[in-house]
Amino acid sequence: MRLNDLPRGTDAVIDSVDDNGSPDPVAARLRELGFVPGEAVRIVATAPLGGDPLAVRIGFTRFALRRTEAQRVRVHVAKEAA
Amino acid sequence: MNPLNIALVGNPNCGKTALFNLLTGSRQKVANYAGATVERKEGWFTTPAGRNVRLLDLPGAYSLNATSPDEAVTRDVCAGTYRGETAPDLLVCVADATNLRLHLRFVLEMRSLGRPVVLALNMIDAATRNGMEIDLPRLRAELGMPVVPTVGIKRNGARDLLAELDGVPPPVPTPLPPGTDLHAMVRQILADCVTHATPLSDRLEERLDRWVLHPVWGPVILLVLLFLMFQAVFAWAQPLMDGIDAGMGLLGEQVGHLMPDGVLRSLIVDGVIAGAGSVVTFLPQILILFLWILALEESGYLPRAAFLLDRLMSVAGLSGRSFIPLLSSFACAVPGIMATRTIQNPRDRLVTILVAPLMTCSARLPIYTLLIGAFIPHRNVAGFMNLQGLVLFGLYALGIVSALVVARIMRWRNPDRREATLLMELPAYRLPNPRDLALGLWERARIFLMRVGTTIVSLTVLLWGLSSFPKPPAGAVGPAIDWSLAGRIGHIMLPVFAPLGFNWQICVALIPGLAAREVAVGALATVYSLGSGTDTDQAALQLGGMLPTHWSLPTALSLLAWYVYAPQCVATLAVIRRETGSWRVVALTAGYLFGLAYAAAFLTYHIARML
Repeated sequence: MRLNDLPRGTDAVIDSVDDNGSPDPVAARLRELGFVPGEAVRIVATAPLGGDPLAVRIGFTRFALRRTEAQRVRVHVAKEAA
Repeated sequence: MNPLNIALVGNPNCGKTALFNLLTGSRQKVANYAGATVERKEGWFTTPAGRNVRLLDLPGAYSLNATSPDEAVTRDVCAGTYRGETAPDLLVCVADATNLRLHLRFVLEMRSLGRPVVLALNMIDAATRNGMEIDLPRLRAELGMPVVPTVGIKRNGARDLLAELDGVPPPVPTPLPPGTDLHAMVRQILADCVTHATPLSDRLEERLDRWVLHPVWGPVILLVLLFLMFQAVFAWAQPLMDGIDAGMGLLGEQVGHLMPDGVLRSLIVDGVIAGAGSVVTFLPQILILFLWILALEESGYLPRAAFLLDRLMSVAGLSGRSFIPLLSSFACAVPGIMATRTIQNPRDRLVTILVAPLMTCSARLPIYTLLIGAFIPHRNVAGFMNLQGLVLFGLYALGIVSALVVARIMRWRNPDRREATLLMELPAYRLPNPRDLALGLWERARIFLMRVGTTIVSLTVLLWGLSSFPKPPAGAVGPAIDWSLAGRIGHIMLPVFAPLGFNWQICVALIPGLAAREVAVGALATVYSLGSGTDTDQAALQLGGMLPTHWSLPTALSLLAWYVYAPQCVATLAVIRRETGSWRVVALTAGYLFGLAYAAAFLTYHIARML
């Protein structure tokens, strides 16, 4: 699953960030900002008029990403915390 | 002893600027880096032990792997390779203690620079309040650099940092082996040194963002904030403006009585006091506007507004990133155009620069205020809104809509297949700090008064000269100004501007208004003051009351429409030239703005006459 397909408010974990062409400065910057495998993410809001961009929480930080940017991030839904 | 050169580095939103203000107070200088248009902030202070320090506040950066001109400056100054900058003796790396997961990675990058580094763990008070416990000695050991807690917004918040600067200079940290996984290392350090690493204030962000970023309530909140901003500019500033106005009137009167009738008295009273005085009156409005923008910026709201508007901006072919430069352009297009440097896509950046002058800058406020005050009745609409504020809001809205349309057209003429990027941090909410707001406002007030003192006074004096000489021949009839150079120039320009409903006095005022828009108000004051006879010096300061007897409503509306578009600001054109390095872009900007201004004023005049 990719981050842009993740429903709002669902906790997920990052598997990888894929390069879209090389070099891909967007993917490189995403990794620097903490989009790395194993990190927990969640979509906290979607913008008005079509739900693009997304507000994503990762670690203690929130980022605004367009869906095309979020598409680079592969995620899986986290297991429900007991 | 030479002063110690320290550079402050850190991620954006780490509270670096608050710490800079705390350390230097008002002893700071804002300029540009040599050969770049990145803002360079430098300040001075003395440590308790008497050490003199020169402190450089570098632009915020996420990484030394720069993706914008700002980050490139930070990278090069830190490395000591920036031409014209002394290599810093010490780097003070600032990290938000509540956001170490993101900020520590950059701190680790600093170790590769071969320079002594001190880590300032900023906002340590907020971290403690959230129940976070940070093992400072252990953090120090694992990071391999001194760590001091700081609170940028408290009076004694930099005490530990100052003590560190007075102590033994820290050693150069050992660089990490190449290819180290910095994220893994950060995770390890956090696991070792920090307990309760999830900040509780996250809940506050969560709760606020539920409303602020809401698809329906978010835009409503944004509109209310912007609307309140314009109402405040009009309503709260009025008493202060009346005070300054009365003071200037009194000053003109007193000086008029003291001086013998003659050329010098006319120069001082009609030229300097009437001209510059009428512009100073607008200081309160400009400061209130800047206060709003500074407060929105400090609170962390602006990037959220950019998030909400990204979609709308993308219709115009821009991204939410263009919103912040464009909002700054409401204060002044010059810093607005400079702020476009954070836009990575060159095409987006160019379009943003081209439309930034359409945002209603504070220099237009004096003209808008004068004309609205004189021609639009002061009355309530729907109980709580004021018609004058509503018209002002409309003028701002017209500028915004025009900018979106122009951006769209430019996009359409120059299609770009490259991906548009947004990728922007939404920082934690923060209560704006009064000291930082005050310093920001002081800086603005100083720039404005300097402009009044230099450009505006000299232009109004020049205009006074043109309007006063040559004197009419003996036995001439009609006002003396008709015979002056200014009068003649005005009459020559009249055929071009008469279709817009402008009279020759407006034409005269447009000339000095080319250098700076607000001068047009002073120029009108001078022209009408000289034209109205010898003993009506006061008239200049009651310009607003006088205009309706000289102009029709369509003329006033036409002039308002003209000012929405007219590129009458040399400073803006100069900054466009500097930022783009191209005269073609300057010509394009000036050309399309003049065309729009003429068309809009023409239409407004003729439609208003038919109604």
